[in-house]
Amino acid sequence: MSVYGLTYKGIDQVKGPLVIMRGVPGAAYEEVVRIYSEDGREWFGQVLEAGRDKVVIQVLGDTEGLDSNAMVKFTGSTLKIPVSDEMLGRVFNGAGEPIDGGPKIRADDFRDINGAPINPAKRDYPDEFIETGISAIDGMLSLVRGQKLPIFSESGLPHNEVAAQVARQAVVPGKAERFSIVFAAIGLKYDDVLFFRRQFEEFGALSRSVLFLNLANDPVIERITTPRVALTAAEYLAFDLGMDVLVIITDMTNYCEALRELSSAREEVPSRKGYPGYMYSDLASIYERAGRIIGRPGSITFMPILTMPGGDLTHPIPDLTGYITEGQIFLDLDLHNRGIYPPINVLPSLSRLMKDGIGPGKTREDHKEVSDQLYAAYSQGTKARELVQIVGEAGLSPREKLYLEFARRFEREFVAQGFRERRSIEETLDIAWDILSILPEAELTRISEKTLNKFHPKRRIAARAEGE
Amino acid sequence: MSELVYEGKGVIVHIKGPVVEAEGMRGAKIREVVYVGEERLIGEIVRIEGDKAIIQVYEPTGGVKAGEPVERTGEPLSAELGPGLLGQVLDGLGRPLEVIAEKAGGPFITRGIKAPTLPRDKKWQWTPLVKPGDDVVAGDVLGTVPEGSVTHKIMLPPTIEKAKVVEVLPEGDYTIEEPVVVVEHIGGKEEVKMYHKWPVRTPRPFREKLAPVELLVTGQRVIDTFFPIVKGGTSAVPGGFGTGKTVTLHQISKWADADVVVYVGCGERGNEMTDLLHTFPKLVDPKSGKPLLERSVLIANTSNMPVPAREASIFMGITYAEYYRDMGLHVVLTADSTSRWAEALRELSSRLEEIPSERGYPAYLPDYIASFYERAGRIKVQGKRDELGSVAVIGAVSPSGGDLNEPVTQHTMRYVGAFWALDKDLAFKRHFPSINWLRSFSKYTGGLREWWIENTGHDMMAYRDKAMALLQRASSLEEVARVVGEAALSDENRLVLLSAELIKEGFLVQNAYHEVDTYCSPKKQALLLKTLLEFYDRARPMIDAGVPISRIAEMKSLGLLRRLKFVPEEEFENAVKEAIAQLEAEISSLLAEVR
Repeated sequence: MSVYGLTYKGIDQVKGPLVIMRGVPGAAYEEVVRIYSEDGREWFGQVLEAGRDKVVIQVLGDTEGLDSNAMVKFTGSTLKIPVSDEMLGRVFNGAGEPIDGGPKIRADDFRDINGAPINPAKRDYPDEFIETGISAIDGMLSLVRGQKLPIFSESGLPHNEVAAQVARQAVVPGKAERFSIVFAAIGLKYDDVLFFRRQFEEFGALSRSVLFLNLANDPVIERITTPRVALTAAEYLAFDLGMDVLVIITDMTNYCEALRELSSAREEVPSRKGYPGYMYSDLASIYERAGRIIGRPGSITFMPILTMPGGDLTHPIPDLTGYITEGQIFLDLDLHNRGIYPPINVLPSLSRLMKDGIGPGKTREDHKEVSDQLYAAYSQGTKARELVQIVGEAGLSPREKLYLEFARRFEREFVAQGFRERRSIEETLDIAWDILSILPEAELTRISEKTLNKFHPKRRIAARAEGE
Repeated sequence: MSELVYEGKGVIVHIKGPVVEAEGMRGAKIREVVYVGEERLIGEIVRIEGDKAIIQVYEPTGGVKAGEPVERTGEPLSAELGPGLLGQVLDGLGRPLEVIAEKAGGPFITRGIKAPTLPRDKKWQWTPLVKPGDDVVAGDVLGTVPEGSVTHKIMLPPTIEKAKVVEVLPEGDYTIEEPVVVVEHIGGKEEVKMYHKWPVRTPRPFREKLAPVELLVTGQRVIDTFFPIVKGGTSAVPGGFGTGKTVTLHQISKWADADVVVYVGCGERGNEMTDLLHTFPKLVDPKSGKPLLERSVLIANTSNMPVPAREASIFMGITYAEYYRDMGLHVVLTADSTSRWAEALRELSSRLEEIPSERGYPAYLPDYIASFYERAGRIKVQGKRDELGSVAVIGAVSPSGGDLNEPVTQHTMRYVGAFWALDKDLAFKRHFPSINWLRSFSKYTGGLREWWIENTGHDMMAYRDKAMALLQRASSLEEVARVVGEAALSDENRLVLLSAELIKEGFLVQNAYHEVDTYCSPKKQALLLKTLLEFYDRARPMIDAGVPISRIAEMKSLGLLRRLKFVPEEEFENAVKEAIAQLEAEISSLLAEVR
């Protein structure tokens, strides 16, 4: 008793993005519908509630102009997009339709935009280091192939620059192929989009990029589909065509806001700050699409960007994201104001998969210990800096003064670097040793004797002197 | 899962996400398992209204239409209990992920897959322990089969109260479907197979619950020494993201001196599950010498897998744990994270349009949490055996915004014996495990003094109290230092800070990824803490003698003490002696200087 292919005339109720119909007995849950108004306009929609007596449809796009005599056609299929390698170099909207004036995609396959969960037993563990050329990331928040590592930012911070720099510079050492890029803009201003396009163009990545654009003035409801459509494309490129795909989605905050808007239109019980209680699972269904699969060469490395409302790390959006993603890169207003680019505050930042992506054979044997020591020392340094605010520099003990100096050099020499500067992991670690060596050796508790002997600049000089 | 279908199929009338309404369901029971729609998706009846049933479906419902059929099974959601559980990786409904992959024909989880938990074709080496004519009662051991690192006892299921053995299969290799024993009871003859089913929401029976008294050694210093958990105890690990909940739980699953470990990955990251799947087969259980995987049951309902199955996964896990407990084994269940489980409950409750209580959670949340933790315990097993078994439950809690006042943390706190509060500030400093020593607690410390003396020869609880006092003093001094600067403190107070720092760096901080440091035996813990505490005692007279604190802080032996934890167990005693000797030498030369 399916209504597949049937067209019904007349709708009972329009409420925000929701259309309610009665007397459509066989609509399928999540089925896609097309709605035509009397004056020939067309909408896309999806069944939210399928009942014998009542069907609730969520309309994609603005419902302005929808009339009660509209025709509703049930397609019998869930939301699918065509995929093929022709997507590369093209630009689409949030529903997956080309908007660059080019022809339609010749489909190799049609894929459900919701995808299906990867079987955890078939995941391959991400443990290959990606060199981004950015010291703060490579040295202390190493990214690995197949990881999902978001950028937590605030309005006005250069998160776009950081993401673009990663996209430009990222390589897996020893692999010739570069990353393909799937870029999705959710509710972005046009100049931000332009910035990314120009960047991709400049470093010749446009032909291996797929762009999905939902701009600030595009329908809010398409913000829900944009990341899903983009990841469906990414999954095809990665797991069917074997490419290493870097997915950049910005701004996830706009996505969550759209989700909240929709939830309130559906009159659901809100959880924290009005966001729906299922936002965790909803975000997970997006973020968890990153990864690697056993026996397949490709990968999805995922770098979503979100702006924390009010810079608040405990706001539901960064909070729920942090519980799902494998760490976070935290951009800091204070560092930015002090002119440090990239303004990455490493203390609240983290890469959960770093431990298996670094070390001998991957980066360098001292990497883990150096990184731990940098964290511990920088944390001491920031503590000393707070103290200066209260007691002045004169009130510090010599040890605290040393840590203060360490923090200053760490920010100026290790974290700070040029937008076009690419540092190898060796260079990054050498800079680290250089600034660590201002501390007395007894303070380097996170570093083993063996590593100190091999890498500590003073000991190396001493060893050389002895050798001579 | 049984394929028995009752007459009179129901018909779907409404679908809204995972909640499906069906008519024609008269006679259906609450919590009965049903198959929904043409694809036969697995669901469970959660509410009955006349001949209408409200069903929560454990799989995505996209494409399901009103008018499709609903089949009843007549059975509640049950776990299959028998040999073949250990080493398995299951989803929240007890389906092996490998079988799902096979049946789905790819790496993605598709819908409508039926896969029994236990392998049907595998043969197990059966040794009977009863003979025809024996009287047996529920829980009695009928025979054994070797499974992984344990001897799996085939017991008379709790559903048969008492019976007489009629037939027994001789020693040999059998599959779990072959009846190994036939018994006779009031109801007639009954075949007993190596496995049986048990409804997951019903606790398995036992003879008597006992007070837990034996330390569950986890090899994690801050836990074993400061906030211990016992066999059969309960503990919660709350912490914001990035504070190391998962690593803590993984460490316990790896190193806890349990016979069986059940790990429930409930609404967490897919790659974390993969990490376990990669490391467990490689790590060796120090007790049995076999891979850790062979003593473990892993349940994976990752965050992108269906939400209703998340709610079921915890009950699945605890049922497996109780089953092994009933064999007289010590079991540890780790659940990461119980917050996701509670959220699944909230989502479902909201879809059922129940009246929400605090933060949208249903009013019955506390009962739910209690009913889970109450299934932990140290018990006397059923049957004529005089054996003890235990289930310890350790649940991670993911408080939103890191706020420990949210309902799940608060309700959990009331039901657990130990509470390991993870601290963001410590985590930022890479002080791991980031267990905050001022906000955590363990109600088990009192009963453990004897255990430590007996097993290590040290009065560890006395060391613990001393170290705690030092840490607490340091913490209040730090408050002062935050205002006036450390330099303004007296040398005596700065020595307290230095000694506390030594305990933090040298004892509390433990590197899960360091070959040696990842596990620390109770003996080593005791000697290490004793040695580090000696520093304060020995340095104290120097302050009185007028040695400036800056010189004390520069002592080379301090570096040695800080790194003692990295010394392997075999060389540890010698290393301690050397460190103390050097400390003494440095102290006397410093004292000589001031004199």
